[in-house]
Amino acid sequence: MNKEITYLDQSDTVKDRFTRLKKRPVTLNVKGLGKTFATPQGGQVTALKNIDFTVHRREFVCVIGPSGCGKSTLIRILAGLETPSTGEILLNGEPVSGPCPDRGMVFQGYTLFPWLTVKRNVMFGLLESGRSKVTAEEEALQWIDLVGLSQFAESYPHQLSGGMKQRVAIARALANQPKILLMDEPYGALDAQTRAKMQQYLMEIWQNIDITVLFITHDLDEAIYLADRILVLKANPGEVNELIEVPVPQPRSPDQFLSPEFLATKKRLEELIHPPEKNEEKIETDQLNMVRMVSVNDEVQSVF
Amino acid sequence: MLSLPTNNLFAVRKELAPRSRLMVTIMSFLLPITLWCLVSYVPFLWHPKVEITAPGDVGYFREGMLVDREVFDAEKEKLSLTQGILPEGNRANPVYLPAPHKVVEAFYTSFTTEPRRRSEKWLHESLWDSIQVIFWGFLISSLFGVPLGILAGTYDFFSRLFEPFIEFFRYLPAPAFGALAVAILGIHHAPKIAIIVIGTFFQQVLVIANTTRKLDKSLLEAAQTLGAKKRSLLFRVVIPGVLPDLYRDMRILLGWAWTYLIVAELIGTSSGITWFITQQARYKNFDNVFAAIIMIGIIGLVVDLLLAYFGRRLFSWQKSSNS
Ligand SMILES: Nc1ncnc2c1ncn2[C@@H]1O[C@H](COP(=O)(O)OP(=O)(O)OP(=O)(O)O)[C@@H](O)[C@H]1O
Ligand SMILES: [Mg+2]
Repeated sequence: MNKEITYLDQSDTVKDRFTRLKKRPVTLNVKGLGKTFATPQGGQVTALKNIDFTVHRREFVCVIGPSGCGKSTLIRILAGLETPSTGEILLNGEPVSGPCPDRGMVFQGYTLFPWLTVKRNVMFGLLESGRSKVTAEEEALQWIDLVGLSQFAESYPHQLSGGMKQRVAIARALANQPKILLMDEPYGALDAQTRAKMQQYLMEIWQNIDITVLFITHDLDEAIYLADRILVLKANPGEVNELIEVPVPQPRSPDQFLSPEFLATKKRLEELIHPPEKNEEKIETDQLNMVRMVSVNDEVQSVF
Repeated sequence: MLSLPTNNLFAVRKELAPRSRLMVTIMSFLLPITLWCLVSYVPFLWHPKVEITAPGDVGYFREGMLVDREVFDAEKEKLSLTQGILPEGNRANPVYLPAPHKVVEAFYTSFTTEPRRRSEKWLHESLWDSIQVIFWGFLISSLFGVPLGILAGTYDFFSRLFEPFIEFFRYLPAPAFGALAVAILGIHHAPKIAIIVIGTFFQQVLVIANTTRKLDKSLLEAAQTLGAKKRSLLFRVVIPGVLPDLYRDMRILLGWAWTYLIVAELIGTSSGITWFITQQARYKNFDNVFAAIIMIGIIGLVVDLLLAYFGRRLFSWQKSSNS
């Protein structure tokens, strides 16, 4: 059998894992979700249309799609920060509305409270839930330890690097023991190395605690590396394009980036997100209009 | 040539090196003072008057009198035709521009000059009156203005409820309420405090509402996903979040309150530093007038620097921002 492997080919262990995964209880159920925004000009934009999907307990789902397809809108609706125009959301079978700590959120920007120390930031939700100061502090320190920032418990956010801030944000959301953790491009602003490390941390956290994750990204490698399944959206209006079961076996490691399953999945995602241009003429016109702009007498005549 | 970026005095939005910064700060005071010294001590720069040292044959000239230079020259010309004794004099500045050293002296002497009448006040008593009026005026205004501003900046309901009327009221000039304030509150400190409250309060609500609205919305959203509800959103997120900016606003507003002080003190029985200034101007003690005006400036600046210092200590969690 020398047929090239596709993203649909799953090894027996992977196949077995997905059957077991789908037997787990459903944590999140999104049914017929749609969102239209009124534009200031008086028109309407359909950001999301007919989104249906389910996420099982302790599953890791990534959402990708072209810019502007409504990924942030989707996750903000799930977090209760935006109201859906149609459809409903069930969390463990119960309909939800409005923000609530059972759906933790990590934002793309840095949203730590700058006037609170790392410890107090993590304690914020715990105190809101009515815990005493002593228990809140104890629990907060445990979560800070989990993300490896014990030495920084008394630091203020402006003293931390971007990666550390996002780790605190994760600890802060996890401290409330949410049923699902929503993450909107949390590593979008980080450099490649920090990002790789953060992915590693997140994988470890996810493997060790009871948490279901919905993770938005525009980085294909990140999506394949992290996800059990990938929800691919398409733009205008934002609809589900495909729900891909990632054939790369768990547990993941960075060595798998070049495995055939990984590459096959990536190829598929690229096809979905950057569909091959059908209109040949369009490619012709979509080019830089370059004129030589180097002086004839310049010392460096050519870059080659 | 390599030049360190910090050596460049005109780099856009770059901090100066500490030494240049100090120098420029000193210069900011030195420049106007130098100008004042030049005008005062270099005779040919301005000096539009002549101070008579010997009247000569001019009937109405007296020793020590200040006359315009043109008048002096005309009289001299007339006398040189009739062979009379010529008047003598030195070029001088008008009385209303005392020389710096006179004003420096006045800083001390204005405190030691006894009031002319027994009912009148010493300078330090006048200053204390002014400071009390400012303090109470600003405190009362803030007691109401800050909470209202925060409410209006947080809840659209309060914003719509308060702001249209305040927007209208703030255009009514505070001094216009002087007569009314005196009629209602008597002639002592109360109407003056009222003018400062009227002058500060309405601006304060609007400024603080705007500052509150500038709080990063994503902090509120993050707090909501962490379970914060109405009251704790206000008390645990909005208020601590805007506190440093609010503090900065208050410093600026306190400056405005000072400008209202001068008007306020003219209402009813004139009092405080303004009374001292008008009184001294009446006696033509312009060195005392200048000293008093500069004193207001110094008090304002020192208070502001103190507040800035405490602000930095209070809000040490902020990224160092120079203001
Ligand atoms: N508050 C709003 N009012 C009007 N239109 C909005 C609003 N929020 C989002 N939209 C529109 O909805 C669409 C989806 O936006 P959204 O931010 O969810 O996209 P996204 O997939 O997160 O994009 P990106 O990858 O760039 O973050 C966009 O066309 C946007 O203009
Ligand atoms: Mg987005």
